[in-house]
Amino acid sequence: MATATKKKMVQWDPADVKAELLKKYPPKVARKRAKQIMINEALENETPAISANVRTTPGIITMRGCTYAGCKGVIMGPTRDIVNLVHGPIGCSFYAWLTRRNQTDAGPDGENYINYCFSTDMQEQDIIFGGEKKLETAIQEAYDLFHPKSIAVFATCPVGLIGDDIHTVTANMKEKFGDCNVYAFSCEGYKGVSQSAGHHIANNQVFRHIVGENDEEKPGKYKINLLGEYNIGGDGFEIDRIFSKCGITCISTFSGNSTYDQFASAHTADLNAVMCHRSINYVADMLETKFGIPWIKVNFIGADSTAKSLRKIAKYFGDQELIDKVEEVIAEEMPEVEVSRGDVRTRTEGKTAMMFVGGSRAHHYQDLFSEMGMKTISAGYEFAHRDDYEGRQVIPHIKLDADSRNIEELEVEADETRYKPRKSAKEIEALEEAGYQFKHYDGLVPGMDKGTIIIDDLNQYEAEKLVELMKPDIFCAGIKEKYSIQKLGVPMKQLHSYDSGGPYAGFKGAINFYNEIDRLVGSKVWSYMKAPWQENPQLSATYGWE
Amino acid sequence: MLLRHTPKEITERKALTINPAKTCQPIGAMYAALGVHGCLPHSHGSQGCCAYHRSALTRHYKEPVSASTSSFTEGASVFGGQANMLQAINNIFTVYNPEVIAVHTTCLSETIGDDLPQIKKKAETEGKIPAGKHVISASTPSYSGSHVTGFSNMVKAMADMAEPTGKKNGKVNIIPGWVEPADMEEIKRLTSMVGVQTILFPDTSGVLNGPLSGEYKMFPDGGTTVAELKSSGDSIGTLALGEWCSADAARFLDKAHKVPCSVLDMPFGLKATDRFIDALRTVAGVTVPDELSMERGQLVDLISDMHQYFYKKKVALAGDPDQLIAMTEFLVSIDMCPVHIVTGTPGKKFEKRIREITKDMGCEVNVKAKGDLFQLHQWIKNEPVDLLICNTYGKYIARDEDIPLVRWGFPILDRQGHQYFPTVGYKGGLRLLEKILGVIMDRKDRDDPEETFELVL
Repeated sequence: MATATKKKMVQWDPADVKAELLKKYPPKVARKRAKQIMINEALENETPAISANVRTTPGIITMRGCTYAGCKGVIMGPTRDIVNLVHGPIGCSFYAWLTRRNQTDAGPDGENYINYCFSTDMQEQDIIFGGEKKLETAIQEAYDLFHPKSIAVFATCPVGLIGDDIHTVTANMKEKFGDCNVYAFSCEGYKGVSQSAGHHIANNQVFRHIVGENDEEKPGKYKINLLGEYNIGGDGFEIDRIFSKCGITCISTFSGNSTYDQFASAHTADLNAVMCHRSINYVADMLETKFGIPWIKVNFIGADSTAKSLRKIAKYFGDQELIDKVEEVIAEEMPEVEVSRGDVRTRTEGKTAMMFVGGSRAHHYQDLFSEMGMKTISAGYEFAHRDDYEGRQVIPHIKLDADSRNIEELEVEADETRYKPRKSAKEIEALEEAGYQFKHYDGLVPGMDKGTIIIDDLNQYEAEKLVELMKPDIFCAGIKEKYSIQKLGVPMKQLHSYDSGGPYAGFKGAINFYNEIDRLVGSKVWSYMKAPWQENPQLSATYGWE
Repeated sequence: MLLRHTPKEITERKALTINPAKTCQPIGAMYAALGVHGCLPHSHGSQGCCAYHRSALTRHYKEPVSASTSSFTEGASVFGGQANMLQAINNIFTVYNPEVIAVHTTCLSETIGDDLPQIKKKAETEGKIPAGKHVISASTPSYSGSHVTGFSNMVKAMADMAEPTGKKNGKVNIIPGWVEPADMEEIKRLTSMVGVQTILFPDTSGVLNGPLSGEYKMFPDGGTTVAELKSSGDSIGTLALGEWCSADAARFLDKAHKVPCSVLDMPFGLKATDRFIDALRTVAGVTVPDELSMERGQLVDLISDMHQYFYKKKVALAGDPDQLIAMTEFLVSIDMCPVHIVTGTPGKKFEKRIREITKDMGCEVNVKAKGDLFQLHQWIKNEPVDLLICNTYGKYIARDEDIPLVRWGFPILDRQGHQYFPTVGYKGGLRLLEKILGVIMDRKDRDDPEETFELVL
């Protein structure tokens, strides 16, 4: 009976689980997958290498998407006052239309295009004769209709193949308009091995075409950028609430509820706080090299993690006023969190979770689960690189393969006039001596227990096997995985777009998440899998009439 | 305002589509393929296509949607996708073991000119297709037609599986078109009531409206079987429901195997259902049972009971051609006035057909194939309507303009029921009217002043 066995974790040796996952594959696939499935030996103090950011084998049902999804869908999609125009057949723009639950408010200027879907809807004759003319006309029509500050153009697969020069078209239109920044992203779906390549391409072009366009000094004492926060389910709104309570000014968010001007002014901040390392670390690095803004890794997923990240930001500025304010805010916010956590924990303690998402969330959300007394027994990323697993210290050792070499690496130098180190070398050193870490990310692996199983680019077959063998109390992934897992009688929480919930970031978000997981693992529905006649198929007595 | 930048003034657009009323071919091919028993749809292109299609279908059905991809990278895009496809076929049969792999192309593989039948031949020669297993394929370039075209192309690939024995099977092929699993179930109920033996393909009932029982079947029990598809060449005829979705496959069977066909409208609403049932009884030479006449009578009864709420109410519609044609006819038949009608799918015939249906309605009609929801919204701003019938994307217009909305079509991402309750047939007509009346009367109850607020409607 599914419900009874579900309660306790079946005792499986992780090596047996790994062998079971690989059993059915053709030998070549098995060898490849073996390198992407790692039994965590973290406590041995030496993290074995995991194979990541490598091609998915054709035919294997992957969770991954494409470069376009990473560029248009993830990074640029959440911006609100840029007209995001997709150059290609209709589908790519259609599927990325409001499906990621990025929330926006229209702001005082009232400009918000997030509810719109723009496409050149390329037809056969455009593929044959080229689509540059149509793109040019479409940009003109968008400009005439909306007069936006900026129009961003995204290439889909056929655009690269037929050789449409979208960068020249956009440059010409930018010059023609004079008051509208137009630029393009060569984010054809086939580039790279996953969404990750698209993040990189988006980072490059935002940095090249927008960052640094507005030098105007913004008011605020403690000015930061929040990088890698996409305001899914309102996460960014909750973080903004906390920042403003603490007196921290967020100059720009990359890219939840963001505006063109935020990107343009990003170089005026004094610290970059990086949430999703995978998707945005390129911008963080470039902002440091060009403008002298240091970056730190933060995590606002989990109440304790939020408190820790706020303290980290305060410590950077080193101003007692901010340090005190942050403590005051934490002291104010935490009691409610603790009440909720204490209540929920009576039901969630000791339960197990698995999560396979993104390039950060499979790590970040472990904090929230552990706050609830739940252990993550298996996790992995969909499109991460080795540094997201093993920590940034491995970056020099990562071998660049052909797929990664295809993605442009921007050469950035210190800006002649605007480079201004926010901290002197001495200040940085003093902070580091006190244990402060800049430009540092430990990765997912060290945070997980020994004997847990870490799997890169998990696929449908392995997911199903894992759930069958290890019987977690909850499984987290994306929409495509949701219902096959739930059919097995195991609740599944989407950690890409949060199903219908959120925010889960910050203090209020943590409470939302505790309640959501409590609801999911405690739902009565999981006990209804079998009808009475299925549980007891044998008729043992005659019907008892009154 | 959600769509605050949409101006009332209409300007011509030649190149820019805003808020499309269609999507691309491959998703239609994927949906159709899910209606074959034991079939794994396969997307021959880069990973994103497959991920997007699976996500969209999953959000609409709240059911698992399994499909694989050739996972093109830059190399495959330059040198061709044959190696990826061959590797995929091998992996799919080894790991997932489907009965059928239904491959569709994408704009990527079409642009580079991959030839699926040739790749299939190579797979066969290399022994990559196990005995008794099948690989079918459809060309579905995203840059022509729409999701509807892709559906039609994959259904045609299914018809291509027909292997006539020369001995008639006494069955009627029914190609239901892109309707919901519940609609396919209802069509089967209707045909069995009339007493006609059928081969329905595709058939997503039991596949995309499955139960929760603690068991996951990658290939659910539902779907048209390979044996049925093979036998479709021996059928006495084919009833294709919907010119856009189903006619090509039916005409193919006629041409290739001399299975005669008739293309009908999708049986939405009274008259289209009448024609469908009448065709069924004529083909089979049977008498329509009283139970079915009773169902019809109930629909007529509801139309008559509530006619005052329909009469001269203006409606805006967006969706797919076959559905819109039947729906427009239904609305006209109950004296509603569909005044703005948009499909994103190309086809001059569509506009012509809508004009014919609405010609005696007594008011101006805006109709456009290859249109978009931005245009529909502008029409509505210029001539307001009492009701909007559209997929979920319509709710942005509905809220901005404060119009009652009935969700109908694909995709429906924010309401339930479409998987379970049909809108085809007489019972489906009852459900459509219940939904229409529901939103209209909710609006009346919301807006009526206290003095005229009524108990009995």
